[in-house]
Amino acid sequence: MKKKLDVVGKARRRVDGRAKVTGALRFADDLSMPRMLHAKLLRSPHPHAVVEQVKTEKAAKHPGVHLVLTGKDFPIPFGIMPVSVDEYPLARERVRYVGDPVAAVIARDEQTALAAAELIEVSYRVLPPVGSPQEGLQRPEPRIHDYGEQGNIHRNQAYEFGDVAEALGNSDLVFEDLYFYEGNTHLPMEQQASLAFLDQDGKLQISSSTQNPHYLHRQLARVLQVPEARIRVLATPNGGAFGGKCDPGGHEFVVGKAALLLGRPVKIGLTREEVFYVHRGRHPVLMKMRTGVTKDGMLTGMHLQTLLDGGGYGSHGPASTFYTGVLTPVTYHYPRFKFEACRVFTNKPACGPKRGHGTPQPRFGQEVQLDRIAEQLGIDPAELRLKNLMKANSLTASWLRVGSIGLEECIRKVTGMSGWKERRGKLGRGRGLGLACSTYMCGAGVAIYWNKMPHSGVQVLLDRSGSVIVYCGATEIGQGSDDVLAAVVAETLGVGTDVVRVVSGDTGITPVDLGSYSSRVTIMAGNAAVQAAERLRASLAGAVSETLGTLPDRVVFSQGKVYAAEDPSRAMSFVEAVAIAEAALGTLSAVGSYSPPKPPGKYKGSGVGPSPAYSFTACVVETQVDERTGWIHVPRIWIAHDIGRALNPTLARGQVVGGVYMGLGEALMEEQAFRRLPERLSGALVHRGPSMLDYKSLTSLDMPEVEVALIEDPDPNCPYGAKEVGQGPLLPVMPALANAIYDAVGVRIDEIPITPDKVLRALDSKEKRVGPQTFPAVPYPQPVFVLPPWEGGDGKEVKRDAAPAVV
Amino acid sequence: MLRLPWFDYRAPRSVAEAAKILAGEGPRAMLIAGGTDLLPNMKRRHQSPQVLVSLRQIEELRKLNGVFGSGLTLNQISDSPNTPTALRQAAVQVATPHLRNMGTLGGNLCLDTRCTYYNQTYEWRKAIDFCLKKDGETCWVATASKRCVAVSSTDTAPALIALDAAVTLVSTSGEREVKVEDLYKNDGIDYLSRRPDEILTEVRVPAGWKSTYWKLRRRGSFDFPILGVAAALRFSGEIVEEARIALGAAASRPFLVEKAGEFLKGKRLGDEVIAQAAELVANRAKPMDNTDMDLYWRKAVADDLAGYALRELRGDDLRETRLRIARQAL
Repeated sequence: MKKKLDVVGKARRRVDGRAKVTGALRFADDLSMPRMLHAKLLRSPHPHAVVEQVKTEKAAKHPGVHLVLTGKDFPIPFGIMPVSVDEYPLARERVRYVGDPVAAVIARDEQTALAAAELIEVSYRVLPPVGSPQEGLQRPEPRIHDYGEQGNIHRNQAYEFGDVAEALGNSDLVFEDLYFYEGNTHLPMEQQASLAFLDQDGKLQISSSTQNPHYLHRQLARVLQVPEARIRVLATPNGGAFGGKCDPGGHEFVVGKAALLLGRPVKIGLTREEVFYVHRGRHPVLMKMRTGVTKDGMLTGMHLQTLLDGGGYGSHGPASTFYTGVLTPVTYHYPRFKFEACRVFTNKPACGPKRGHGTPQPRFGQEVQLDRIAEQLGIDPAELRLKNLMKANSLTASWLRVGSIGLEECIRKVTGMSGWKERRGKLGRGRGLGLACSTYMCGAGVAIYWNKMPHSGVQVLLDRSGSVIVYCGATEIGQGSDDVLAAVVAETLGVGTDVVRVVSGDTGITPVDLGSYSSRVTIMAGNAAVQAAERLRASLAGAVSETLGTLPDRVVFSQGKVYAAEDPSRAMSFVEAVAIAEAALGTLSAVGSYSPPKPPGKYKGSGVGPSPAYSFTACVVETQVDERTGWIHVPRIWIAHDIGRALNPTLARGQVVGGVYMGLGEALMEEQAFRRLPERLSGALVHRGPSMLDYKSLTSLDMPEVEVALIEDPDPNCPYGAKEVGQGPLLPVMPALANAIYDAVGVRIDEIPITPDKVLRALDSKEKRVGPQTFPAVPYPQPVFVLPPWEGGDGKEVKRDAAPAVV
Repeated sequence: MLRLPWFDYRAPRSVAEAAKILAGEGPRAMLIAGGTDLLPNMKRRHQSPQVLVSLRQIEELRKLNGVFGSGLTLNQISDSPNTPTALRQAAVQVATPHLRNMGTLGGNLCLDTRCTYYNQTYEWRKAIDFCLKKDGETCWVATASKRCVAVSSTDTAPALIALDAAVTLVSTSGEREVKVEDLYKNDGIDYLSRRPDEILTEVRVPAGWKSTYWKLRRRGSFDFPILGVAAALRFSGEIVEEARIALGAAASRPFLVEKAGEFLKGKRLGDEVIAQAAELVANRAKPMDNTDMDLYWRKAVADDLAGYALRELRGDDLRETRLRIARQAL
């Protein structure tokens, strides 16, 4: 029976808020056990070298040392994606970046382990390092890995949806621009830590700061050769993750192995420097974007080329490579679209997924180029975007099904809040406004490994105490996933979140959920939780309907009460209802599961990009730029996010502001950059500053005022209509800043980050621009050719010659 | 986490006792006050003293009557109503609020010089085969240089140089007073004229200066200066009677730009005069590529920063500029 929403949409304190504020929450590094030992990793000082010999005798004899492990102890590789299983917990024959782990010492304390690690003698044969993708293309040998496309190319992809050359040829204008987006890292407050031990039955248990206990579980079983059923992974609450704790890490296998061998608890806590080496962050991406438009501002097609600096390992790279293309045509209608993407191995820490995974880079180029197009055509940038918006419930040229779209309202909202019409271009020299838009997935439509099982499972347990226990493998990484599960279950059963307990992220007791990545928890775990709760509600309704003198589907569950819809005085408490049902039906429990809809695209590679729903965001940045110094000041940001429905507005706003914070940091200063010493003197290729002092991110003093609007138009595919908010709001901030700077002082900074020296250089330059000058010749493959839906395609690849003529 | 090497810890209660320990232990010992510079450096094995002589128990180092005791924390300095403007603005912009609760005035004056190739962990430095300042032979900033060019990164020193302040150094062999500008040497390794057995006990600041400090850095907190301009003027009406302008983070030592001071003497601070003086100051800024931000940009904006300082002392309202640069009202 339908009722007004009691929990959903009301601003609440998050269910784990108290523990966080009081410091009671136990992160992985807070864990301690009797007889616990400590592990430390020895890491490579060379960016690229063959490991010839590792001598561990001295270290093993060092007082207080219990075990020394090397690559020999780990013959089986791991890798988050089945197509890139290319990493060993400890390097066996090759090190591929400064910081690649080579050996591990397990000792009575950290200090002893450190001292012993210095006694390990490693002989390296140094190889020439590859410092950039351009260099990797030029120098195919020596190969960093002996797999991949060719030379040092890891992945190479090309897709074309309709004849793009023809579309551009028929356009009134074609804009061609180059953009560069520097890499950056997640910078979570919590450094990774793991504790492994054998439980009372000799099963391996590992508590770890991971986003994806399920994937870690599978990889541990594989690498340690222990059946999955004898391993239990507990994801401890993460102190921030942002994608950086998605991949399994070498350290997790090391403590697991050590606990198995020693039979004692073994713990490791990474230093901040090590977190920079584990990385898996934003890929540096060079982009070439060719976009056709008609004179009146209608987009005709886009040809996008990207070149990714992958670092030393595969990580999520195959997916990242796709993501530099696939979500580009989701915000606006492109009748034709082509993208080519290439990921090159380099001798730097591996890149991977960071908030927005692969999409902030092309989104930056796309939104800056749209600003340029609007100016050239004399159309207001907001108008140009509104003209070209994707229609709700439609397909892209690349066969992504896009359901609800709140982007128009987002644009209208931010332009209204910021006084766009009245203020833009009229703030005087040195002050400007910039607009940009974006979209993001609500969960990836396909799992990381191929399987037909649900993406998320939830079990809900009720008993006569009136308490509701929700079991789910989803992981609380600070984003509020426990709160989301509590809220949707509480709403469905008509109770408050205060009687709900969420048990999450524990492969030993919770149903499988794929993890906290790709903004999937609210939609996937949320839908599974709603299904489980609805099944229980149906059981309760059936059990109490007679007592309430009504039909089961006329029983209302609201605010801890259960009553007949036609006469609310015929009521009982939720606890009484549970007791009646437990007496009638036995122990009360139900499960729910969720599998995303099948994507409409049928071509090979169509699995990356589909999602049950997409969120949309629009953002206006105001900036003041000093023309003498190039100094950039951002006083205010307005942002509107199409969230479908805010399950908890307090948390949703927090996510939006957090996204703006991270986005502005990337836009202005964050750089995972490397230093190469003069080649004649040194082969060094090192991180410029692996510390929180040298890696610059915004402090609270650098943060502007942020005005947030949540646009709510419930999406039918989502639990109570709620779409994602964890990643989307970051995406429009960078291009909006670049566009604001153009509005302020008339220079284009076509690369991220945008720093005062670049602004000054652009002001002093003839072309009034700073950005990449060339795009190298990349040997992209023949594209997979697919006809767009409106050209008679069926979502399958076609032979180009066989394509029917355009109607 | 990064771990400290082992050390003995001594906590004398008087300057005399501390001086005696220091003399007795010799180069094995180092002084520690707030520890905000030394302890991270020890974790990275920049210094590995066997004995730390703490100054925290010495009450006489916290004087605040006419002199500034070297043991006062930076927050105590910036909170004191008697602190001259430039010193207050410098102190309040050091590091972060938490670190200013620990870090002291004496510690900031004796701050180790900094460099992107030096302020890294032992493992990182090993990957570049170390550098001239510590454990290595090459200066990676200027590979032909025989001298370490690590940059002086203290904020309070340029402020105190502009204010014509002096420090007292005490050892078992006696006590001497040194002008702050003479406390430093332009050498990234041997950057202090203080002898290892001397304790910096207090700072004397002459009254009557109108002063200001402008700090350039990427963010509003946390970061060390990439340029610091301190200016102190004495006026007779609108005429500059005496001017002292000092630069920080522009060499291995903070220093006085005498030429600019001489130029300003007897002049009215018109726009043209300010521009010329700022140019004289900027000419002395020779930044190296060893700290944050683009080196040419740092050089290019030095005259702007000097101009802000002089215009502010002339009485211009620079609050908005200050808010944008410092990201806080000062």
